Amino acid sequence: MFSKSLLKTVTGVALGAAALLPMTQASAAEYKIDSEGQHAFIQFKISHLGYSYVLGTFEDFTGTFSYDPDSPENASASVKVDVSSLDTGHAERDKHILSDDFLDASQYPTATFESTGFESTGEGEGELKGKLTLHGTTQPITIDVEHIGGGDDPWGGYRQGFEGETTLTLSNFGIDTSKLGPTASTVDMYLVVEGIRQ
Amino acid sequence: MWRNSVHGWGLPSILLHWLSAALVVALFVLGWWMTGLGYYDRWYQLAPWWHKSLGLTLLGLTLVRMVWRLIQPTPEAHGVAWERVMAHAGHCLLYVLLLTVMVSGYLISTAEGQGISVFGVFELPALISDLPSQATLAGEVHWYAAWALIVLAVGHTLAALKHHIFDRRDTLRRMWWPGGPRRQ
Repeated sequence: MFSKSLLKTVTGVALGAAALLPMTQASAAEYKIDSEGQHAFIQFKISHLGYSYVLGTFEDFTGTFSYDPDSPENASASVKVDVSSLDTGHAERDKHILSDDFLDASQYPTATFESTGFESTGEGEGELKGKLTLHGTTQPITIDVEHIGGGDDPWGGYRQGFEGETTLTLSNFGIDTSKLGPTASTVDMYLVVEGIRQ
Repeated sequence: MWRNSVHGWGLPSILLHWLSAALVVALFVLGWWMTGLGYYDRWYQLAPWWHKSLGLTLLGLTLVRMVWRLIQPTPEAHGVAWERVMAHAGHCLLYVLLLTVMVSGYLISTAEGQGISVFGVFELPALISDLPSQATLAGEVHWYAAWALIVLAVGHTLAALKHHIFDRRDTLRRMWWPGGPRRQ
């Protein structure tokens, strides 16, 4: 009973509405951290005897984040770290850090971060609040985040990059560094993540 | 004097045997003690330096020893048939455990590509590194193999004493006086 022209109109309107739909969610997106290309880094810095710093990284981790520049307060992130991928460039030291003297990686092989909220503090920066589970203990932490940049990449993808800083008090996670001297009670974390939009 | 025979051990074998025994005991005690040291103890760095230097020296000695053992005759074993079989198996296991302990120790320190200094005279380069959890896993093997070696060495000692004292054989004399005993 429907005329051809009515069918065309209805189809046209439906397709048009569908085409417009992505634009309402254009800026909110899920990103997957580019672990395969290692365009993400988790670095830590801890005092050595009060005379210098030991720098190290966690090489293997995966994660996702969600970011909408138009409503940054909805930003979220979730990261899973393979603790045994720790690397300070010294085999015996890494073995010691991963042992049950400190990180106990055989019992707690994974560290995770789940965000609980984001508070914007300015243009492209803010505080990402969340729960860090490390050494089997979960504690709230806040990461100071800054948006570095984002956009189309040369290979057909779309990326956003952030850097973050936070300081962890190791005893809060049941990690005893007292035998390393008083300056080693905290560790500074510096993170860089680049995510590919999914 | 220098060569082994069916009757006894030559001087090189005797020296290698007792030098190895002394090093195994010293390395075990040193190794166990050093894991109890704290970061601010004076020997925290020195003890591992000695442990690794002596361990690698023993590794070199053991390789020489094994080659020498293979190209030389072996004195006849004491005891009845099953004792001889057990003795042979036990000795093979001692060699296996020696190599396991020392190679696993080597794999700990070289897990990220760094070599190991031997008494500051030369550095043994890393041959295998970056295996997953290499230092941790090699560490586990090293610990358990060291204990197994010490337990087996105690058994080896008791068995030798048993043959020498209770069976009145020349077991210990053979491993002391080169060329075998003058009298059986």
